[in-house]
Amino acid sequence: MSYKVTEEGEISIVHLDGEIDMDVTEKAKEVIMPLIEAKKEVHLNLKEVQYMDSSGISVLIESHQKATELGTKVILKDISKSVLKVIMMAKLEQILNLG
Amino acid sequence: MNNLAQISEQRDFVVSSSSLKDVRSFSREVFEKVNIDQDLKDELVLAIAEAAQNIVKHAYQGEDTEDKMEIKISLSNGNLEIGFFDKGRPVEKDKIRHRKIDDIKPGGLGTFFIQQIMDAVVFKEGEKPWINHLILSKKINY
Repeated sequence: MSYKVTEEGEISIVHLDGEIDMDVTEKAKEVIMPLIEAKKEVHLNLKEVQYMDSSGISVLIESHQKATELGTKVILKDISKSVLKVIMMAKLEQILNLG
Repeated sequence: MNNLAQISEQRDFVVSSSSLKDVRSFSREVFEKVNIDQDLKDELVLAIAEAAQNIVKHAYQGEDTEDKMEIKISLSNGNLEIGFFDKGRPVEKDKIRHRKIDDIKPGGLGTFFIQQIMDAVVFKEGEKPWINHLILSKKINY
């Protein structure tokens, strides 16, 4: 997994790339969580994520819940087909913010 | 591409989260030989990777080890069987359950995904030298 973070005003955009599994979830959280803790609105661009497993889904849930707790939000953008399928399998499409 | 596939392939992997990408590569290589829908291939790869992840997370509780796990993928007459063998802690079958799907919290989804994708999930005691033997099976139409 690789990533790039860009800023647009109060919005932080995290572009994730590659495959997100248990091996990279800590790295993903290290990128995303500080932005949420800084109370930024975070957009996760998932266009280039070709694979995500239950560990990746856990990162999305944890990010969403942390953001809600801190009064901000995480929005999932440009979700790839394969990631959307896993989100739907987990029945989270009504829970997570899909932008 | 094999329309009347008879496949039996196995490979071993070090029990580590860093092996999961190799588990996926192996699974994709095997399913490339079978004429089934790409969406189904992706689901099967996910189920296999989740089961391998459970070995790393639960049978070995994330501990560093040089132990290996073995994965065997067999397809015969439309019956797909995927075997997982490991030498970790014995699985307590009664304790394996996915979380309630409407209880939204991180974790506990891997087993749910496996059950969604596969027709049957069976834990057996492994024959020596193995401790655990998990069998995932599914009828494949191709």
